Amino acid sequence: MTATTTVVEGAEAGPAGRDRDRPAPWRSRLYRWDLRYSPYAFVAPFFAFFAAFGLFPLLYTGWASLHRVELTAPDRMVWVGPHNYLRLLDNDFFWNALRNTFTIGVLSTVPQLLMALGLAHLLHYRLRAATFWRVALLTPYATSVAAATLVFVLLYGRDYGMVNWALGALGVGPVDWQSGTWSSRFAVSSIVIWRWTGYNALIYLAAMQAVPDELYESAALDGASRARQFLHITVPALRPTILFTVVVSTIGATQLFGEPLLFGGAGGQKGGASHQFQTLGLYLYEQGWFYYHLGRASAVAWSMFLLLLLVGAVNVLIARGLRKDR
Amino acid sequence: MRPAAGRQLRAGPVAYAVLALFTAGSLFPLVWTAVAASRDNARLARTPPPLWFGDRLLENLGTAWSDANMGLALLNTTFVAGTVALGTVLFCTIAGFAFAKLRFRLKNVLLSLTVGTMMVPPQLSVVPLFMVVAGLGWTDRLQTVVLPTLVSAFGVFFMRQYLVEALPTELIEAARVDGASSWRVVWHIVFPVARPAMAVLGMLSFVQAWNDFFWPVIALTQENPTVQVALTGLGRGYVPDQAVVMAGALLGTLPLLLAFALFGRQIVGGIMRGAVKG
Repeated sequence: MTATTTVVEGAEAGPAGRDRDRPAPWRSRLYRWDLRYSPYAFVAPFFAFFAAFGLFPLLYTGWASLHRVELTAPDRMVWVGPHNYLRLLDNDFFWNALRNTFTIGVLSTVPQLLMALGLAHLLHYRLRAATFWRVALLTPYATSVAAATLVFVLLYGRDYGMVNWALGALGVGPVDWQSGTWSSRFAVSSIVIWRWTGYNALIYLAAMQAVPDELYESAALDGASRARQFLHITVPALRPTILFTVVVSTIGATQLFGEPLLFGGAGGQKGGASHQFQTLGLYLYEQGWFYYHLGRASAVAWSMFLLLLLVGAVNVLIARGLRKDR
Repeated sequence: MRPAAGRQLRAGPVAYAVLALFTAGSLFPLVWTAVAASRDNARLARTPPPLWFGDRLLENLGTAWSDANMGLALLNTTFVAGTVALGTVLFCTIAGFAFAKLRFRLKNVLLSLTVGTMMVPPQLSVVPLFMVVAGLGWTDRLQTVVLPTLVSAFGVFFMRQYLVEALPTELIEAARVDGASSWRVVWHIVFPVARPAMAVLGMLSFVQAWNDFFWPVIALTQENPTVQVALTGLGRGYVPDQAVVMAGALLGTLPLLLAFALFGRQIVGGIMRGAVKG
């Protein structure tokens, strides 16, 4: 991304210019100040809020992670050094949450993006009622995590849920979507997939519309089939967009919280009876707001931050590789 | 949406069938929310599950409204999402304008910083925010959930990308020659030109703020909930009646579904425009 260098030239030829009556000097000074400083005034609110509610808390989380802080007395901080991190590394539930975050992340991201790519391909055809399909596929995006999960909990109910009823009609025995290890992970992932597939399809569609038609025309002249055109023109042209959606979905997957929390019902912060779908987000919440260890919760948060930095670094490497390929 | 280009092939019956299948999958859980909300609890605990509407919708909505505090939750969320949308649009438009058309020191550094912050999720910051909020005695106050989301890096970037192309530099220069101050330029030129993008950003921010989950669940209680907090209460068993839970979910989603029915085309266009530039 390159920032444009379009700028307003006019600082020198203001109203104090040649033929006009010379305005009072204070006015021209005011005018010059306005030109010089109002850009800062325009970006200031954004950066002020960002510093107060983004940067400061992020850094302070790192500081808090080196202390013992209890939820009951959040202003009393006792320095403990790396103690919280050592406790985490020594804790099975932390590793369990890390593994679950990864597993559910893959389970939810991969099918989601593949289906979105296919859907975008279909949406790119000349369609009747094109807007209707797009809006309808985007509707799950308007549904909140909470509302969506509450419905899916019922649909996935072991005894009376619609999913098991339909499976039963196909002769498959009732699946315990709540306490099964893999079935519950799959169920949680399916909520994420349901909410985000249409959104990603639209992003891919936008990128497909930007591919020049001539590429397809010459490929068609060479006798390439539609499937080959999709694989050899569309997918390569979409690589930056695909990378973008992979990064965004990965960040989303690292944060996964609401779906497993509410899918778990009353004790949702545990992520299922045997913690089988407890993600890092849930683990953070459990440490901080159920065990009252804000310091340890901070350590979990910073571990997630380091994880994201790792994802970011991998992303940069892949993006660089892509550019070299060109 | 742009008109069909020459190469775009007409969709065949298979394409329509697959699209119809996915559309049905996208809409079914929502429709079934309404079906379940119109039944009673005993009917939901029987096989086969109900496939069509019953006659208890109004009753269940009423119970959710009073017992699950959905009335207050809707009011609170409307206020929160409205304020966040307004603030985001205002602050991001002026910042986006500065990044698109004005010259100042550190501009490129600040722009990269803005794009970089898009990747840092707010979930990592909840502990200090909670400590500050607890210190101020702001638990359960709505400003607690408004302030941290009042600006968005995505919004700044989105507005910048729009204004770089949509706002002719000559227009600003002409106004400058006439002696217009920067604020007059913003008010009389930037805002009118940016209006379509501002509308899209406003809608996207509204949806996002309406559905914001992690921080509100931590910062608010059932005493003064947003919709998502109230729904979380429902999900964790504060009301054992499943039909009422579904009625609550329906109440909390209906306003956004209505907005989608009215402005779906604009929202779709906004997401696609943001995507190409991103």
